[in-house]
Amino acid sequence: MKKKRFFTVLIALCLLVGSLWLLQRLLMPKYINDIIEGRLISEYYDNAGGNDVIFIGDCEVYENISPITLWEEYGITSYIRGSAQQLIWQSYYLMEETLQYEKPDVIVFNVLSMMYDEPQNEAYNRMTLDGMRWSSSKVESIKASMTEEEDFISYVFPLLRYHSRWSELSAEDFTYMFQTKKSFHQGYLMRVDVRPVTSYPTATPLADYQFSDVCYDYLDRMVQLCRENGVELVLMKAPSIYPVWYDEWDQQMEEYAAENDLLYINFLELVDEVGIDFNTDTYDNGLHLNLSGAEKLASYFGKILQDTYGLTDHRGEAETAAAWQEKADFYHAMEADQYRELEEYGYLKSYGGRAPEEE
Amino acid sequence: MLFTSYEFIAFLLVMFLLYYLVPKKFQWMLLLVGSYVFYAWAGIHFLAYILATTVTTWLAARQITRLQEQQSAWLKAHKAELSREERKAYKAAGKKKTRRFFLACLLLNLGILAVIKYTDFFISNINGIFGTDLAFMRFALPMGISFYTFQSMGYLIDVYRGKYPAQDSLGKFALFVSFFPQVVQGPISRYDDLAQTLYEEHPYDHRNISFGIQRICWGFFKKMVIADRLLVAVNELIQNPAEYTGAYVLVAMFLYAIELYGDFTGGIDITIGIAQVFGIKLVENFERPFFSKNTAEYWRRWHITMGTWFKDYIFYPISVCQPMLKLSKVSREKLGQALGKRIPVYLSTSIVWFVTGLWHGASWNFIVWGMLNCLVLIVSQEFEPFYAWFHRKFPKVGRTFWYRLFQVARTFCLMSAIRILDCYRDVPLTFHQVGTIFTQGNWGIFTDGSLLNLGLAAADWVVIGLGVAVMLCVSLAGRSGSVREKLAAKPLVLRYALYWVLLVSILVFGAYGIGYDASQFIYNQF
Repeated sequence: MKKKRFFTVLIALCLLVGSLWLLQRLLMPKYINDIIEGRLISEYYDNAGGNDVIFIGDCEVYENISPITLWEEYGITSYIRGSAQQLIWQSYYLMEETLQYEKPDVIVFNVLSMMYDEPQNEAYNRMTLDGMRWSSSKVESIKASMTEEEDFISYVFPLLRYHSRWSELSAEDFTYMFQTKKSFHQGYLMRVDVRPVTSYPTATPLADYQFSDVCYDYLDRMVQLCRENGVELVLMKAPSIYPVWYDEWDQQMEEYAAENDLLYINFLELVDEVGIDFNTDTYDNGLHLNLSGAEKLASYFGKILQDTYGLTDHRGEAETAAAWQEKADFYHAMEADQYRELEEYGYLKSYGGRAPEEE
Repeated sequence: MLFTSYEFIAFLLVMFLLYYLVPKKFQWMLLLVGSYVFYAWAGIHFLAYILATTVTTWLAARQITRLQEQQSAWLKAHKAELSREERKAYKAAGKKKTRRFFLACLLLNLGILAVIKYTDFFISNINGIFGTDLAFMRFALPMGISFYTFQSMGYLIDVYRGKYPAQDSLGKFALFVSFFPQVVQGPISRYDDLAQTLYEEHPYDHRNISFGIQRICWGFFKKMVIADRLLVAVNELIQNPAEYTGAYVLVAMFLYAIELYGDFTGGIDITIGIAQVFGIKLVENFERPFFSKNTAEYWRRWHITMGTWFKDYIFYPISVCQPMLKLSKVSREKLGQALGKRIPVYLSTSIVWFVTGLWHGASWNFIVWGMLNCLVLIVSQEFEPFYAWFHRKFPKVGRTFWYRLFQVARTFCLMSAIRILDCYRDVPLTFHQVGTIFTQGNWGIFTDGSLLNLGLAAADWVVIGLGVAVMLCVSLAGRSGSVREKLAAKPLVLRYALYWVLLVSILVFGAYGIGYDASQFIYNQF
């Protein structure tokens, strides 16, 4: 009798856990056609390993640099571990996690997140953290990132966070319950449309320009981590003109880089050298570069990386070249498709663009 | 630690595990430690209040019992030597001694409650009447102070009346006062109901635990799926009184009635379910109150433990106190038997309802709410001869389903209407809002989709509708016996499927997490 009850309860528990897991898969956002950057972090695990350069940071990395250009022009293999409004501690833990999968020659960190010293936004946290595989890095990153309204347990069981999506489920949620869509190019989010810069931001004076100790602490930890792993750390500020990158901030980064013997490049000061034209190379008035701008930046940056760190040109390695040719084919196919859509609809219908009437 | 918080669920799991792992003689001690941890979670400084009530009540009750025992022993030993008058005089002197301890403890604890809960109300009235500008004290209200004070004072009164001897163990008495599932919102237990079940050893009982968990889940369903979802619309209606008048007030009235029912009965279900998992039986606090056919019946079925507490410890003592007996005599002489004997009863009823209102909160809306309930009860009582005449004249009508349904609907509407005072918390505003129901004429809101602009989408209303329907079905099924007993007799697959539906409904349709404000149980504030 006791045995029967035990097995009944066991089977019931298995069915319960299984059904809850299925429910969780169904209710979690899929980020297929809207806010596709929510899938950026999880896509890395299928491409982990064998990269010379890893870019880490917020949208200023995943929208501004084309790894395929780095490959095609210099034979540099690279991956962007970027996510929307990635905070500096999230970058640190992503760096720590990445180093568990591979040992690149160079890690490039975009320094815009030095401006945030406390958790900002739950939705952005989710986009960075939900996609990470479970590890001590993920646990620490969650703990450092949670806003007051968040609970750790809802990261362990995302059903507790996304349960209220039951009323907004669509066919997409069922279709992509167990599969996903390939949308990125080594972590790069492609956009070919153009929306030129119409005005430049006014630098509103700040009461205090000093970066917080919290941010410096994570930057120190990044430096330490890279040294321990024999990886060169490069600091960059992407050529996005929004939000404002203050001279005082730039000065602090320059000083920090000098003190720690790091390369720091502020591409906002190299716009002409890179060849960026904000009339043609941005798709959102200067916040992010479009494909044309991202290729120009990759082309310019690739030379610096190769010259400074003597990165190997892998184009002669058959296996690597074949793998990257596949990536490049996908890249150019998407490029062509985006131009087709742009011509056909006037906007990027399948790629997150906004119809002209919505603007 | 909210009952619906992850912390509380984790706390419960730890408590459950430890409870059945520790030697059984330590179970009550574990509950005591758990109860104090739970209480301290709300603020460690609040422990001082509950400790003060616990220690003073325990000491006073022990002293009262000791004196009573001494007096009883002395009387027994000297029975033969004393005349009847001497015995009477000795008893009176003894009573006087015990009364000192009783009154000191009663006044101290009710004083603490009064000062903390009512000082600002008193100051605001003084300021209002005399135009002064006295500063408010803004005392932080210790969690469950009204509940544990009343529970402790009930115990003290019973000991004073000689109903049972005082508890010798301070620890055991402290557990009676602070037992964590019920300290927040009741039920207000009696010592003689709770003591044995609270302190005895409880072996692992699969059925008890299974039934307890079912009850907890049912409580979560009512609170999180129905009440907390409705809260969005109720808040929208209540917080914007100028915008939502007329028919909207009617909507607010009924939605709040359902929300409060889901919230309070859900909380009590969780409380009783938790206790049951520990093997402890708590008294029921509700008996399908919305099926009541009149107000008196409603108040016998809603918040039962509060009602009986007021009846036993306020109504009866007031009714038989010397001034009331004198009033009864005078009123019968002056006004005749029929009316004269009702005067003291109605006066006692009014005092009880005034205190009931005040117990719910330190503001006039609660007092007016209490007095309106009292008025309805008295008017119903006065109409009793008319009802009797009606039923004699039309005996068949009273026995029809439709008449009973009319009675139930009438009671529900009446109670909902009075309870709206609880929503606006402002007496003139409430009466103004209720007045607009009859003058505004905006009945179109029921058909033109306006109700979809109250913060809830159509899908939310569907969930609420289905949730209320399930709640109604369970209540109907409960009339002929325990729903869980009936469920236990069903085939295993059906039973487990229903458990699954209940759990998944809570997890998916519950109003919790990001996007929902973690809502305190309404009765926690009392």
